[in-house]
Amino acid sequence: MLITLDALDLSMAALLVLLLGGLSAYMKLGVSQQLYIAAARTTVQLLLIGLVLKTLFASTSIIFILFISFIMISVAGWEILSRQQRKLKGWWGFGVSTGSLFVSSFLITLLCLFAVVQADPWYSPQYAIPLLGMLLGNTMTGIALGIDRLIQNAWQQRPQIEQRLMLGQTASEAISGLRREAMRAGMIPIMNSMAAAGLVSLPGMMTGQILAGAAPVEAVKYQILIMFMISSGTGLGVISVLWFISKRLFDERERLCFKQLLKE
Amino acid sequence: MHTFQTKNLNFLHCHSISFKINVTEILGLSGASGSGKSRLLRALADLDEHEGDVFLDEINQQRQPPHQWRKKVALLSAETHWWFDTLGAHFSQQDSPAFSNDLNALGFSKKCMQWRVARLSSGEKQRFGLLRLLQNKPQVLLLDEPTANLDENNSRLFEKFVIQYLFNNKACAVWVGHDVQQLKRICTQRYLLENGELKHVD
Repeated sequence: MLITLDALDLSMAALLVLLLGGLSAYMKLGVSQQLYIAAARTTVQLLLIGLVLKTLFASTSIIFILFISFIMISVAGWEILSRQQRKLKGWWGFGVSTGSLFVSSFLITLLCLFAVVQADPWYSPQYAIPLLGMLLGNTMTGIALGIDRLIQNAWQQRPQIEQRLMLGQTASEAISGLRREAMRAGMIPIMNSMAAAGLVSLPGMMTGQILAGAAPVEAVKYQILIMFMISSGTGLGVISVLWFISKRLFDERERLCFKQLLKE
Repeated sequence: MHTFQTKNLNFLHCHSISFKINVTEILGLSGASGSGKSRLLRALADLDEHEGDVFLDEINQQRQPPHQWRKKVALLSAETHWWFDTLGAHFSQQDSPAFSNDLNALGFSKKCMQWRVARLSSGEKQRFGLLRLLQNKPQVLLLDEPTANLDENNSRLFEKFVIQYLFNNKACAVWVGHDVQQLKRICTQRYLLENGELKHVD
């Protein structure tokens, strides 16, 4: 039997968020406004999706499900851009982030639906939408961290990169160390999740399935599947986005050049 | 016979910059701070955007892959940068007797290769920066105030070392500096960069 939460339970948790925002404002850490916006968004967005999820899962139209996936990918691509400390140029940045999400999440979800889950029909929304959502949510974090680390480091280590160019290194050699670091930064969240799974954390999806009455072994198998998909998806997504950005960091004469990558 | 020359080079506010240097020659360049001396060297090494032609013998700068050009036309910037902890990690050919000789000529010994980069003085960085650059055996040296942080004695050692390198390797150099006596001593032609123009000094 599920214990229902009433308004008082939620407002206690909300009070904690308010306190954190107040503390951050007091210490001038500069996240309180973003924190409040994010908290408001999560409330509204989850309430809305909760209302339509039943209808969505009942849908059998492939066009409609593709349309929903398209919206999910675009929003995730937009979120990657808004997490950056140095803003990427508009459409190009959007193209790179959504493109990398397409490779890392959409294609991997398709592969998983066809080859592993084999639901009937393959696009059954109660499998397709949550799978895509979990992949997008995780890879988006990794990709946003990877881009941010690469661009911040390139900006700060500009003299060192140019020194390498002066010594006759190619653009790719000059930036190889930064690429390695950005890759590591992007992979940290999913590496942590995989290493801690079962020992420190009980993944939400698996726990939910078991609570809802599924056999533990079955739930565990699904969770392992998800973990493998997320890690390979994140890796592919970060690799592709780092490739595009490190190309764009240099002009055709291998000069370090931020103006074709960043907004003024 | 190696020659290094530019024809009508334009960048920033500087325009129509032309000169020609023959093998073993040093071209001296001076000018007020902000006149564009360092930017000129960066353009010659193809690190900044510019218009006009730069030639090493018959080779056009823009026809060469940039990293190969920069190995032949090597820029020693006023401030050098280092990324490994120890000095030695930046040098690939430490075991040759020639390298030991070069170290000695600049007033160092092989033991220096174990030094930590963090404790180098700016004068030491400039001299080790030159040695690091010479590993590519460049044909043109672009030196941006290379002895600015050296005392008189070490400046002389540095000058002698560069001249020796130019003779041994059929190379030539552009030397940016403020010390008129020094430039008179080592250069075969001297120029002044002023109001965006290159003026010959007699």
